[in-house]
Amino acid sequence: MIVMLAFVIGGLYAAGLYMMLRRSITKLIIGLSLLSHASNLLIFTTGGLVRARPPIIADGATEIIKPFADPVPQALVLTAIVISFGVTAFALVLLHRTYLTIGTDDLDDLSKTDLAQPERNG
Amino acid sequence: MINAVISIFALAGVAPLIQRFAGRRAGLLVALLPACLTVYFASYAGVMMRGESVTQRFAWAASLGVEVKFYLDGLSLLMTLLICGIGSLVCVYGGGYLRKHEHLGRFYLFLLAFMGAMLGLVLAGNLLVLFVFWELTSITSFLLIGFEHEDEGARAAALQALIITAGGGLLMLAGFVMLGQVAGGNYDVQALLAQGDAIKASSLYVPLLLLIFVGAFTKSAQFPFHFWLPNAMQAPTPISAYLHSATMVKAGVYLLARLAPALGGSVEWTSIMTTTGALTMIVGSVLAFYQTNMKRLLAYSTIAALGTMVMLIGTGSEYAIRAALVFLLAHALYKGALFMIAGIIDHQTGTKDVEVLGGLRKAMPLTATIAVVAGLSLAAIPPMFSFISKEMLFEATLDVDSNAGRFRLILTAVAVLAGTMFVTVAGLVAVRPFFGSLKVTPKVAHDAPLEMWFAPALLAVAGIVFGCMPNTVTDRLIAPAVAAVYPNAAPMELALWHGLNVPLGLSVVSIVCGLVLYRAWDALRTRTKWTQGFSRFGTEGMFAAGGELIECLARWQTAILQNGKLRIYLLVITGTTIGLTAYTMRRGGITFPAANFFRTDVKFYEVGLALLILAASVAAVRSKSRLGAVAALGVVGYGVALVFILFGAPDLALTQFLIETLTVILLVLVLYHLPRLKAITGKRARARDLIVSLLFGALMTTLVLITASVEFDPRVSDFYAAHSLPDAHGRNIVNVILVDFRGLDTLGEITVLAVAAIGVFALLKLRPQAIKQRAKRKRRQLKPLKTTTRGEESPL
Repeated sequence: MIVMLAFVIGGLYAAGLYMMLRRSITKLIIGLSLLSHASNLLIFTTGGLVRARPPIIADGATEIIKPFADPVPQALVLTAIVISFGVTAFALVLLHRTYLTIGTDDLDDLSKTDLAQPERNG
Repeated sequence: MINAVISIFALAGVAPLIQRFAGRRAGLLVALLPACLTVYFASYAGVMMRGESVTQRFAWAASLGVEVKFYLDGLSLLMTLLICGIGSLVCVYGGGYLRKHEHLGRFYLFLLAFMGAMLGLVLAGNLLVLFVFWELTSITSFLLIGFEHEDEGARAAALQALIITAGGGLLMLAGFVMLGQVAGGNYDVQALLAQGDAIKASSLYVPLLLLIFVGAFTKSAQFPFHFWLPNAMQAPTPISAYLHSATMVKAGVYLLARLAPALGGSVEWTSIMTTTGALTMIVGSVLAFYQTNMKRLLAYSTIAALGTMVMLIGTGSEYAIRAALVFLLAHALYKGALFMIAGIIDHQTGTKDVEVLGGLRKAMPLTATIAVVAGLSLAAIPPMFSFISKEMLFEATLDVDSNAGRFRLILTAVAVLAGTMFVTVAGLVAVRPFFGSLKVTPKVAHDAPLEMWFAPALLAVAGIVFGCMPNTVTDRLIAPAVAAVYPNAAPMELALWHGLNVPLGLSVVSIVCGLVLYRAWDALRTRTKWTQGFSRFGTEGMFAAGGELIECLARWQTAILQNGKLRIYLLVITGTTIGLTAYTMRRGGITFPAANFFRTDVKFYEVGLALLILAASVAAVRSKSRLGAVAALGVVGYGVALVFILFGAPDLALTQFLIETLTVILLVLVLYHLPRLKAITGKRARARDLIVSLLFGALMTTLVLITASVEFDPRVSDFYAAHSLPDAHGRNIVNVILVDFRGLDTLGEITVLAVAAIGVFALLKLRPQAIKQRAKRKRRQLKPLKTTTRGEESPL
């Protein structure tokens, strides 16, 4: 399965990067989301894959029975999921605000506001 | 000695305050310290005459073998007296010259800082200390040349001088380091001088010699680096008088003389220095002829003079060293005086163009007298001190026994050419403005105030006095200096009259030729003006072209790399990553997993899940509708959550489901207010992006495969598994890691989320000006409509 997942990760990275290379900020945010999925999966696979053996010590037992899924990448990914949500939420609201202010979601138009007045589309 | 240097720097710090409170008398007050230091250093003359030296040292960076060592011998004494003596005169003169300047305080600050740096340079007994002061003079000189910083020309000249002298200094540092390594990590100058033979036998000798030459030649304005000096004439005249005739430009000459016992005497030393010196003399002399600006005339003659000194030190005979040092002293006296005269004329008449000056002797009798005396010195007419130095120059070039003896005819011819040009320049600067018929100048000329004529008068008179009693001067100043450069030198006897001999004949020839050239200056210059067209092929043109090239390169690469477009940054970063990784893989730095690694068991629903995620991500990219893209993104997220479930990560799956749902809701809410998705970029850009993206994806796939095939070290995971229950009393290991073992990390995560939440809240609540205005305009557009229909103002 790790081979399959490697291709899934590659596909997600490719899709995410392609979207981030677009001029539309909306697509950029979608790309960012895809990229964080890819990164989460990437981290998840580094510990190796173990089917259906969560790192939980059974009730009554004093220690975990091997094999079990690696808890360290899981802890990392858990943090990453939450953080990436924070980033996506912030980026979305920023995008919304930008669009309200400038009236475009084209990244190239954003840099032009350095020269002209911001309300040129008003 | 160390106190002398520190006191100058301290005075520099308070000089602006002195200027503020003392006003007109500030120049005199500031000049007091250098004047006292002149006396202080002069008191060492007796010690030097006995052939002794004075050393002061204290540790600085002992581990690097660097100590701050100050060392006073005959050579440094000569330089310190010039620095402090002329320095104090320049303070007085500058106070008069810049009296009405609003930044006079700053002038004193820079000038004294330079003086301190220069003193440190000539007193330094350690190469690295010398280098520090060397670059400090470059920096203070930059500040002084650019003193009129609102003038673009001054800024450009200051920058040019800085780049050339500080750049040369850096190369010189490399030479110093090599020299220190050759001498076994020792940077002590006196220790180096004792190891001359070992240094010359080293394989690094030629490279280090060349590097040190670059440093000395840039500082002393030798060809091909000479052009910064005339441009530096943008500086106020007191600065030109001080830096560009008496002190800083002599730093290179000083360094060469200082290191001569260690490095000198070889074929490379002699040939490079005599060639460079002679070329500089020719270039300086020829170009001087075409100048009409007094300061530039003097600058080019200074270049020729510096070339003379370099050439003399290069020939390396005892007599040449003597001639060089006598010339150094004589030149500092008269060139300083003449620069000050040029400054007075410029200050009093408003122009420094010799073509529009004439007949000033009646309006400025005092200045005219001083100018003529200083001019006689430049022209080397007896009984001036410089006459003796000129005779010695000819004698040194004619010396068959010296290393450069084979070239004595060429060197003598060059010396005669330089001598001729000195006579012409003297005529142009010191005679022509004062004689003939009075010409109209921008300002009506008057004689200068005392503080301005005092300094040049003193220097000019010194030229006569030294000339009349040369042995008094040479015994105390020159002989100890020669002894520092040429150990075991015989005692010297100087006199104005040497009898009828070849040098005297050459002196007469140069004076006569100089006078002829002076008479024919106007006609000859205009008739051969076309030759100046060649100047753009000179080294200055190359320097400018080099500068432009660098700027073009910078602009080009900035436009490409720093163009403010996110996608270009991303392309560059991913492109570089792909390229470098591919290169490493090709070189065999990374081993691919073996074939049997790919033969793992896969369940059918896992394949289905993988395909689902891939298909959904393709759909997210290709979707033209906003909702479609969001839905596809949601499928990807849920797919990832399923992967987590399948491979033993229920916590992750829970979080992922929750977060994905939230994200989709948020996206739907916001995207509803955004424009429709449309392809903005063209086909070619999309194809390029697609290729880069696919390559990047392939790279990541490969990396995952390589990572997964490497033997995994389970120690960290096992640690958490073993300690989770006994230490943290938790059965869910992932949870224990997050809230217990790595609790602080989780706190950081919470902080990030909180900051993001505050940001989101602020962006939603704040109403920027533009939106308010747009809303206002909408209202205003509506208003007239309503008033016409209703006939009254509607409350909005």
